[in-house]
Amino acid sequence: MKRNKTLIAGTILFSVLLAAIVVSWLWTPYDPEAFAGSSLEPPSASHIFGTDNFGRDIFSRVMKGAGTTLTVGLMTVSVGAVVGVSAGALTAYYGGALDELLMRLNDAITAFPSILLALVIISVLGPEKTSNLVISLGIAFIPSFARVSRTAFSREKTQNYVISARLMGAGDVRILAVHILPNTLQVLLPAVTIGFNNAVLAEASMSYLGIGVSPVDPSLGFMLKASQSYLFTAPWYAVFTGLAIVLMVFSVGLIGDGIKKSGRSE
Amino acid sequence: MKFAAKKLASLALTMLIVTAMTFLAFSLISGDPASTMLGTNAAPEQVEALRDELGLNKPVHQRYFEWIKGFFTGDLGNSYKYRNQSVTSLIAPRLGVTLELSALSFVLIILISLPLGVIAAGAKSRFYSVFRSALNRLCMAVPSFFIGLLVTWIFGITLKWFSHGAFVPWSVSPAASLLYLFYPAVCIAVPRIAMTVNMLSSTVEAELKKDYARTVRSRGAGSSRLLFVHILKNSLTPIVTFLGQTAAEIIAASVVIEQVFVVPGLGRFLVSSISYRDYPVVEAIVVLLALWVVLASTAADLINFGVDPRLRRGAKG
Repeated sequence: MKRNKTLIAGTILFSVLLAAIVVSWLWTPYDPEAFAGSSLEPPSASHIFGTDNFGRDIFSRVMKGAGTTLTVGLMTVSVGAVVGVSAGALTAYYGGALDELLMRLNDAITAFPSILLALVIISVLGPEKTSNLVISLGIAFIPSFARVSRTAFSREKTQNYVISARLMGAGDVRILAVHILPNTLQVLLPAVTIGFNNAVLAEASMSYLGIGVSPVDPSLGFMLKASQSYLFTAPWYAVFTGLAIVLMVFSVGLIGDGIKKSGRSE
Repeated sequence: MKFAAKKLASLALTMLIVTAMTFLAFSLISGDPASTMLGTNAAPEQVEALRDELGLNKPVHQRYFEWIKGFFTGDLGNSYKYRNQSVTSLIAPRLGVTLELSALSFVLIILISLPLGVIAAGAKSRFYSVFRSALNRLCMAVPSFFIGLLVTWIFGITLKWFSHGAFVPWSVSPAASLLYLFYPAVCIAVPRIAMTVNMLSSTVEAELKKDYARTVRSRGAGSSRLLFVHILKNSLTPIVTFLGQTAAEIIAASVVIEQVFVVPGLGRFLVSSISYRDYPVVEAIVVLLALWVVLASTAADLINFGVDPRLRRGAKG
């Protein structure tokens, strides 16, 4: 088998990031919330990413912040994927008027950029809570998952293995979850990686806009917002924080491409 | 004409659904604006008086129809935050700024990505195609506001080519206005140029493999004539559809980019209105943005119908 370079590169990059996040739960070079030096120190041997306006170590804060961003991204994509994939699977499997209606509605909603949709939902729910941010972004991502999974499930449902499973007396839930779902992963997993990336980017944008942020456990987007005031005196603050987001989205994107490629070559 | 009428009817239907959902969501879930505005210490009579003033005591369907009528008459009530100013007078100038920014971004995207995408498809080297997809990935991984921060830092602070935050309105000086908006427009355009080039060159590559392309070449047409006359014409439909989606995304990106460059547009106003819970303003902006998105896709459909005879034949049968 040909080696899948895209998948390998993505996995290596993401592992580096993930390792930094896991380590940050146990140890960071400095306490991310405490004064570790004078304010706005440029990068040096003791503070490799420099310090922020409160003299806190930016590297330690990026490690912590990446964890927050990853968590919010994962929670958001879980909300969107679980609801969206179930909806898509059920409508594809049972079909009928409800399927037609839901898909029309879906088409109308997917025309709207997800960040606009999330902005509208969060302004209804209340823009002060991170949980509302996760919910509104999650809802905004449901339609795209529903569409992908509907296509995949309706292709699989007429396959022989499904028919034979039904003849052997398997129930609908079992057929959907145990028999069909594993066969759709090739399509669903890249959709999940794309959804995760959109979630991370959307979360960063929303935090940057000051919506749905909490000063406890600041995410990378929140830190970028804070860094903007110091672009003149401390550009490294924004640059390193932003690069951490880029690394996360880039590596997950490569993994998604890699999975898609491995499907094509099989 | 039948096709156009059908598209316009579906546009109207979509807008009806969007406005109804927006209106219901804001009037049912958002609580009582009168008591929010007056605070917790307000007397019940005061709250009741304000509810009357804001027209909140009328039944929901009546308020909905009055609100819809307001989009045509220009009377959308007053803002909750700026009590003496009408929603229309607050939104109109900001809409102009956002339209200017979006138009500029759109022009940049088309001017740069159309030739680049076609040329990129003609280039055959393997290194180049790897480079292209890596660049595309990277551009999609960078949040647009991070590009905005980098552009501010490099061109605004270090090189001093523009002065950050000093937006000039079109009415004062169109040239200075466009010059300032050029930087945010670039930030909006860059990721989309990458995507458009990628999409365009894969479409063109697919067309190049078709029989007619070989025929044209064998009849002695040069490769630039083949690419820009024959191939481009045949790949127009997916490109127009894609650009329609891009137009919708531009408006979403401008919400964030306006914040970075302190551009007093619709997006920046939407964000501050959400924070102040200024619902009449938020609702109006949401409907305008939705209209923009729907118009963009309808326009793309209509253009495709105009340029592609295959679609016309399909519509008749």
